Amino acid sequence: MQDNPRELIRVDHLSKFYRVADKQPGFRGTLSHFFNRRTYNVPAVTDISFNIFAGEIVGFLGANGAGKTTLLKMMCGLIHPSNGFVDVGGFLPQRRQTAFLKKITLVMGQKQQLIWDLPPMDSLYVNAAVYGLSDEVTRKRINELADMLELGEELTRPVRKLSLGQRMKSELLAALLHHPSVLFLDEPTLGLDVNAQARVRSFLAEYNKRTGATIILTSHYMADITALCPRVICIHNGSLFYDGDLDSLANSLAPSKEVRVELKKSYSPDQFVNYGEIQELNDRFVCLLVSRTKLTQVVSKLLSDFSVIDLEISDPPIDKLIGDLFLKGVVR
Amino acid sequence: MKRYLKTIKLFWSTAFAAQLEYQLNFLIELLAMLGTLSGSIFILSLFFSDGRQLGDWSWEAALVIQGVYTFLDGLTNTLLRPNLTEIVNYVREGTLDYVLLKPIDSQFWLSIKKFSFAGIPEIILGLGIVFWSAIRTGINLSIYNTLAFFVSLFIGFVILYSIWFLIAASSIWFVKTWNATEVLRALLAAGRYPITAYPVILRFIFTLLLPVAFLTTFPAEAVLGELKFFIILFGLALSTFFFVLSRQFWIYALKHYTSASS
Repeated sequence: MQDNPRELIRVDHLSKFYRVADKQPGFRGTLSHFFNRRTYNVPAVTDISFNIFAGEIVGFLGANGAGKTTLLKMMCGLIHPSNGFVDVGGFLPQRRQTAFLKKITLVMGQKQQLIWDLPPMDSLYVNAAVYGLSDEVTRKRINELADMLELGEELTRPVRKLSLGQRMKSELLAALLHHPSVLFLDEPTLGLDVNAQARVRSFLAEYNKRTGATIILTSHYMADITALCPRVICIHNGSLFYDGDLDSLANSLAPSKEVRVELKKSYSPDQFVNYGEIQELNDRFVCLLVSRTKLTQVVSKLLSDFSVIDLEISDPPIDKLIGDLFLKGVVR
Repeated sequence: MKRYLKTIKLFWSTAFAAQLEYQLNFLIELLAMLGTLSGSIFILSLFFSDGRQLGDWSWEAALVIQGVYTFLDGLTNTLLRPNLTEIVNYVREGTLDYVLLKPIDSQFWLSIKKFSFAGIPEIILGLGIVFWSAIRTGINLSIYNTLAFFVSLFIGFVILYSIWFLIAASSIWFVKTWNATEVLRALLAAGRYPITAYPVILRFIFTLLLPVAFLTTFPAEAVLGELKFFIILFGLALSTFFFVLSRQFWIYALKHYTSASS
């Protein structure tokens, strides 16, 4: 079925519609909702196609309700597609065959699978039994993953007494016990503080490097995506509108760079008009938007024309760019 | 198969550990169970206080039914209620996703994951009442009768489980509208008294439409040596039918599962 030996996941013209009933407010609305229910199809995902290769880390980007989660759930077999098909490692996910399920894992940031009242260790052994792992293998894997995740005595403390970060790391451990080769992660860093986020991220990068596992990830935190995913797939209103590497997305979205300059004395705005678009100007500080092609030229002119204390060139923050994009809803 | 057995062992040992986390709750559950039981025996004793009979059942024979009811109620409290009422939560909270992605039968997981130890005394007590009152009626407890009793008890349990699972599975669509527990409890409670004690029309309904008779009356008749053999065969067929139905319905329901949104 697969032409390229390294090609692991194929998503082909995939669509999903939900049947939704419309209810008007008030008693009359309720009555007509009960007796004469009108349903219509709401598209959640429309005609999406892409391929993912073994070992890739791919990030799904999109606003709330864009269809990221629906897409992810169709790829792991929880939701039956309305049209099109998904192939993951030669399996049709929605059949949920044992061999397929042993290859994948799903982690959802806002839903937990660990038993709330017991230490994670108990849940880990239940999972091990479900996956048919021997006690010896289980012990070895728990040690190995706990090392990578920096988990120790937390594993023998009731889950309800763990911090969110510790809980998430334990969830990851539980989800990876069977050594899956495809990881579906839905908002894995949701609600974590910056340090805990960074630790989860570095763990995922490490896991990918060590095992060659493929990771597919959705996140609201741009930092997750920039740190982990060389490739992003952007979804807007259920359709795919960008699939490629993160850098060229930034380039095509923002053909300009930000140049921040700190000056010895203050200047008036019109003195900067010829250098670039003024983003911000107060007292001795100015921030200009300069097109990438003219960048070196403008910077050297700035340095010669003004008395500069400090100069800094950066990309506009990617989350701002993408946020703008979703607001505008422009397709490429 | 071995994997499933080991899984059950771990399911139940973790369930036990989780219950012991809350000692007081565990004790209260035990007390509540004792209260219910003594209450129902007292009510039954009132019925017979002036030598009346229930249907054509003597006091001891009716007590056998009470015993069967107690046994099934205990089994309900240990297995059915903890597991099947949880299905709604799995659906509502979206944690069913995790169950569905485990390489193990999802109906198995949802039906057996939990185990409430507070129901065990009721199970033992139920069996005790059955055999004690059966002997008091003066009948001879043959091996055949005992065997027929356990077979029809099994039939009753499978039927109860299947109907309950069927209703619980519908939560895939209705999420919270069905309160399956109450419906099924009422059904089981109707079986606390001999089926012949009910008016003819109810007797008919309880035998054929809602198989209450199979839950309690028939096992009791079996131990008393009054159950006809063809009813056991019919019961086996009926319980198989209900079980297959629950399974097919679950498979069908999962096709419509859309998973809770994030």
